[in-house]
This record gives sequence, structure tokens and C-alpha cells, in this order.
Amino acid sequence: MDTQLDLWEVFVQSKPGQSYKHAGSVHASDKQMALQNARDVYTRRGEASGLWVVRAADIAASSLSDHDMLFDPANDKIYRHPTFYQVPAGAKNI
Amino acid sequence: MPTTTTDIFTEKIERDLAIEPRDPMPEEYRRHLMRQISQHAHSEVIGMQPEGNWITRAPSLRAKMILLAKIQDEGGHGLYLYSAAETLGISREEMIEQLQTGKARYSSVFNYPALTWADIGAIGWLVDGAAIVNQVMLQRTSYGPYARAMVRICKEESFHQRQGYEIMAKMAAGTPEQHEMAQDALNRWWAPALMMFGPSDAESLHSKAAFQWKIKRESNDALRQKFIDKTVQQTEVIGLKVPDPNLRFNAETGHYETSPLNWDEFHRVINGDGPCNRQRLEHHRKFHEEGRWVREACQC
Repeated sequence: MDTQLDLWEVFVQSKPGQSYKHAGSVHASDKQMALQNARDVYTRRGEASGLWVVRAADIAASSLSDHDMLFDPANDKIYRHPTFYQVPAGAKNI
Repeated sequence: MPTTTTDIFTEKIERDLAIEPRDPMPEEYRRHLMRQISQHAHSEVIGMQPEGNWITRAPSLRAKMILLAKIQDEGGHGLYLYSAAETLGISREEMIEQLQTGKARYSSVFNYPALTWADIGAIGWLVDGAAIVNQVMLQRTSYGPYARAMVRICKEESFHQRQGYEIMAKMAAGTPEQHEMAQDALNRWWAPALMMFGPSDAESLHSKAAFQWKIKRESNDALRQKFIDKTVQQTEVIGLKVPDPNLRFNAETGHYETSPLNWDEFHRVINGDGPCNRQRLEHHRKFHEEGRWVREACQC
């Protein structure tokens, strides 16, 4: 029998304005408990200005086996990088 | 300890702390941002049109792939921004409707046509270049989701400006006809690009509150000057001429001085009477309508 509560993923914002980053996970029965557990587990030393918790079952994730196929379109397009372009000698601030 | 909603908000702003979607904020701040972010998003999306016009006529496969990738980025930027605006409680449908009924605007610069291939160079170099100056400032804007979208966008814009500048440099160094086309594109895009920063803050309707709330941190004129100072040198390096007989460097201030801009034209164009306004909105409506079945299928 599964005696564990649901798994929640925890995202921590370390300073106001910054992106929320994944920190880890906690077990909890509801939103409120998940937030409290996340606070106790991941922000004991003032690491956070904000917390998000998301039920792990609600997250759609890419799978490792699809990795090559999924990200392939980005690999052969080096022209998306600024360094691909020739900047005329002497041109500044570009 | 701050107690009221306004106090909490004001204190955060004073301490330079970002405002997040669930933080208390004055209704006017929320409305100001909804307007600004949605119009920024509309500009990205409408901005795809003058460039999209050249995909099938790009002069080489290399140029075509680059242009496609750039326009795809612009669509992406529109999405980042629509999403940021949605965190304020406005829906995508409402924003699209505001655009299509003319209640919301987009950058006036996209109401000018891209007449030759050199225009694609000028747009990337000047229009994206001016947008970068504005967006670099907005990376420090007070609303968190907007600022974070800007960080992402600025990273990607650098490629846009360089590909445009490369086109201009190549054409300027090409045949006399190509050089002439590059100069002509510069002549036509120079003033509209400078006007992208908006009228002088003295007459800018929304500036005062935007400064107080730290949505905006530099004046329109200061940003415009930054862009001019950078761009004049880039123009000279590739052998083109800034189309302004009054351009001169002021050694005392360390800045370039330029002719006054024609703000009557700006107001006329942004209020609907530019060369391509009607075409841009009609195009948007047409494709929005043709995509209706996809949106409906998604809801089944």
C-alpha cells in the first residue's frame, strides 16, 4: 500500500524579479501543505522571495528517449547565433 | 510596517523590488502594464508582416533560412509578451480583439512597407537596433514577468540586428545599384526608427506614471540619443550616409545632434493613416479568421 502523499515539485525564486527555479520536491496532501513543506525543506536560510509548488502528476515532461528527435531542429541552425554574422571591421556596439 | 495595499506596493517599488503577478498593485499600474505589454506583443506579431513579405524573394537559400529563423523569433517574442500580459488578468482573445478593433496599437514603424531586399537589412539593423535599446532598459522594469521576458528577448535580438547589418554592409559594398538601394532603404527607415522611441517625454501621455512606477527608467529622448550615437558610427563604417543634413557631433556633450523629427507624421501614422495600416490589420484579421477552426478544434 502506498503510504506516501502526493509528490509536488518545488520552484524557488531566490530574489524578487528572478525566474522561479526548480529546487526539488516534497510530499503533501494539498496546496497548503505542499507550500508549508516546501518552505520547511527548501527555504530554511532565507533563500527565497517566492515559492511555487506544482503537483508532479500535472507536469508534462519531455522524455530522454525522444531527446534527439525533439531538440534536433535547433542543432543545425547556427545562424540563430549572433556570432554567425560577419561584422565589418571597426563597427562598434553591435 | 506597511499595512495597506498601496503601502506594500510603494515600498517594493521604492526598494527596487520586482512586482510579481499576485502582489498587490494599484489598478492603474495593472492597466498601464496591460496596455504596454499587449501593445509590445502586437508590435512583435505585426512586425512579422513587412519581413514575411520577402521570404519567397530572398536572394539566396542562406538568406531565406536566416529570414525565416528571424521571423520565427518575432512570433516567439509575441508569445512571451502575450503570456506576460496574461499574468495581469487579461485574456489572449481580449488582446487580439483590441488589436483588431484598433483599440490597442502597435509600433507605428510597422506601417511602412519593405520595398526592396535592402529594407530587410535596414529593418534588422535599425528597427531591431532601436528595439534593443528600449528593451535593454526594460530588462529592469518593475514588473517581474515583463522584465524576465525582456531578458530572453534581448538575448535573441542580437542575431536580428547583426543579420540586418550584414545585409546592409554587403549591399553597400556591392555594385553601385546595390549601394544605392542600401542608401535608399536607410533614407526611408532612419526617421521612422528614431520615432520608435516615442515623442519627447514632455508631451508623452504615459511617461510620468511609468517613471514613478519604475516601469520605465530612461526618457524617450535619452534612449533615442543612445541609439543615434551608436548608429552613426555603424553607418560610416559601411560607407553609407545618415540622411540628415543637420547631423553634427557636439564635442562638448559627446553626442550627435540631429534635425527635429516630424511628429505630425508620427501621429498620423499611429492613428491609422500610414502607408500600410489597413493592409497590416486586414492581413491579421484574415489569418486569424482562417485559423478559427484550429482554435475550435483545440477546445473539443
